[in-house]
Amino acid sequence: MTTATRAARVQLRLNDDWFEICERARLTPGRGIAALLPDGRQAALFLDREGRAYAIDNRDPFTGAAVLSRGLLGSRGGRPFVASPLLKQRFDLETGRCLDDDEVAVTVHPVRIA
Amino acid sequence: MEFAPRLMPVQVDEGGGAALLRTITGMGLTVHTGTGTQEIVTGEDGAVSAMKLSDGSELATDLVVFSAGVRPRDQLARDHGLTVGERGGITVDEQCRTSDPDVYAIGECAQAVDGRVYGLVAPGYEMAQTAAAAMAADREARFTGADLSTKLKLLGVDVASFGDAHGTAEGCLNVVYSDSRSGTYKKLVMGAGGELLGGVLVGDAEAYGLLRPLTGTVPPLPPEQLVLPAGAGAPVALGPESLPASAVICSCHNVTKDAIQACATLPEVKKCTKAGTGCGSCVKVIGQLLPHSGDKGLCDCFGQTRQELYEIVRVLRITSFRALLDGHGREAARGGEGCEVCKPAVGSIIASLAPTIGAEGHVLDGEQAALQDTNDHFLANLQKNGSYSVVPRIPGGEITPEKLIVIGEVARDFGLYTKITGGQRIDLFGARVEQLPMIWTRLVDAGFESGHAYGKALRTVKSCVGQTWCRYGVQDSVRMAIDLELRYRGLRAPHKLKSAVSGCARECAEAQSKDFGVIATASGWNLYVGGNGGATPRHADLLAQDLDDAELVRLIDRFLMFYIRTADRLERTAAWLERIDGGLDHVRDVVVHDSLGICAELEALMADHVTHYRDEWAATLDDPERSRASCPS
Repeated sequence: MTTATRAARVQLRLNDDWFEICERARLTPGRGIAALLPDGRQAALFLDREGRAYAIDNRDPFTGAAVLSRGLLGSRGGRPFVASPLLKQRFDLETGRCLDDDEVAVTVHPVRIA
Repeated sequence: MEFAPRLMPVQVDEGGGAALLRTITGMGLTVHTGTGTQEIVTGEDGAVSAMKLSDGSELATDLVVFSAGVRPRDQLARDHGLTVGERGGITVDEQCRTSDPDVYAIGECAQAVDGRVYGLVAPGYEMAQTAAAAMAADREARFTGADLSTKLKLLGVDVASFGDAHGTAEGCLNVVYSDSRSGTYKKLVMGAGGELLGGVLVGDAEAYGLLRPLTGTVPPLPPEQLVLPAGAGAPVALGPESLPASAVICSCHNVTKDAIQACATLPEVKKCTKAGTGCGSCVKVIGQLLPHSGDKGLCDCFGQTRQELYEIVRVLRITSFRALLDGHGREAARGGEGCEVCKPAVGSIIASLAPTIGAEGHVLDGEQAALQDTNDHFLANLQKNGSYSVVPRIPGGEITPEKLIVIGEVARDFGLYTKITGGQRIDLFGARVEQLPMIWTRLVDAGFESGHAYGKALRTVKSCVGQTWCRYGVQDSVRMAIDLELRYRGLRAPHKLKSAVSGCARECAEAQSKDFGVIATASGWNLYVGGNGGATPRHADLLAQDLDDAELVRLIDRFLMFYIRTADRLERTAAWLERIDGGLDHVRDVVVHDSLGICAELEALMADHVTHYRDEWAATLDDPERSRASCPS
């Protein structure tokens, strides 16, 4: 799988496989990037200040725009969230649940740095 | 001259009238009560020489001022045969219908069923509601008379009366405090069951705001303690918290205490309930009823206000969000990520102070990139479908044909929708993230720079065409607008800043609706501040007059830096000016008269900003790291 000399990469779990997104160095702590998945969907990847990675669906369910990767990362009570850049609803990065509307959630993707 | 036996006979009783008379006589006035004017005598030249009074005496005078009070203006009704009262006023029934059931009359032209003509705003509103309900076939609505509670000043003397001020209820008792040395008279009318029925206050009507809402209830304190002056045996001051939830606080709009407490701020109270927007006498009590939140913190991460964080960053020269959060954040938030509220706010504070505290000067450098809202992060404005709009700076709205052609070509080549903005520039919509650097390259090569349409920063300085072309112009407004826009471009602030310069008093640039607006005069410039358009428009206030160019720029430098230093997050200058203690007068003291001795520092901060300004688009294109931070693929 990985070699010792290779730079750390961010991988996302898709259909029982780890799908490689990019080098970890491409991610800025506290911000996200968007990744195009093989099935045409988009994922939003984030790195927190401790270097932990998170991935959720990039589509903002409130507006339908693929923008969650451009939101601001925050934490509340030790739990990380992203605030949509459009109308500012917050999504828990570990559960995908919207913190401002109980009935809304986004898909969470398992992610690892390898 | 007062025809009635005492002054203000409707509002006050005999004791109150006596206190009022004594105070006014003490001011050097002679008052005749219980006296009418029989005749005004003129001299040979036709000028007034004397008044003949009803008691037979004559008073020498050379000026007569009439105060006629409210007289119903009912001519329209008379002309059309509607019934009017004996002393005027269109007669209406309990539904506010006139003698013609299809015609309604309300307010001070109407005589209500109790035979009175109401000249106050609250009964007018109540009659309007009654008439509207009656028209909507609501048979329950009735107007049978109204509360005549008033608080006013007569020659500077407080006079208030409320409820059953004259004690007409059966079995009522009076509690009176009178001090003729200080001209104070207070009377409370108490019912047999100990309930407050009404009262009269002369000389000191401070308690009106609290006593009136208590009318009809048993007060929480013995009545004598309600009228005694503070310190004279009154052990506790009665606060508005002791009022019952149903107490009417705003009698103009009939708003209760619980309705007011459902709101968080005074502006919200005014907007949602209209309380405080009539006569305004209840505003102080409303302020006391609103939550005095002990926690004025910016967000869940910081217990400090934006202003306090600004001072911490400035004095301790903190250049990183993490250092600020871990060192000064709330205990539970330290070591965390911050949130979507404090990150951009701190990013803006660091950007405002960057040259002074030695922080990175570019909003996408280092950790700052992670603090910026998406608009600041991509140096463009996010639109609803996730695409961005791009606004190049067009200082003062002045542009050459060559540059116009470049904008047209860029829009055509990238398929962008173009729209002229209200700020005299051109917005290019529909750019995808990855197109932004290519669009900037074309624009920067043609001599454009970022217009900061995405930032909490100076947007635009709008101008009229000015003296060069306009036959009315008295100064070169375009040149001044360009100078100001170039001076303050890129300045990060608690919220966006808009400005305009008009070349004459006709004000074609609408400077009085801007955060800082300049209007030319024959001898210089007038500076207006705190204007706003949008949802809550506010006309700007005049800060200083007839300034020369250098004086104008120096004052704006100070004003903007004082605003940046003291405003809350996302607080425009209009709201800031309304909120800060002392309002416009305080701001004028600080920035014009240097009452705090900080003007030299404010000017130095602005000088730092001007020296270190660099176009963010060009700086991003020049640095691959920034480009990548801005536009990761």
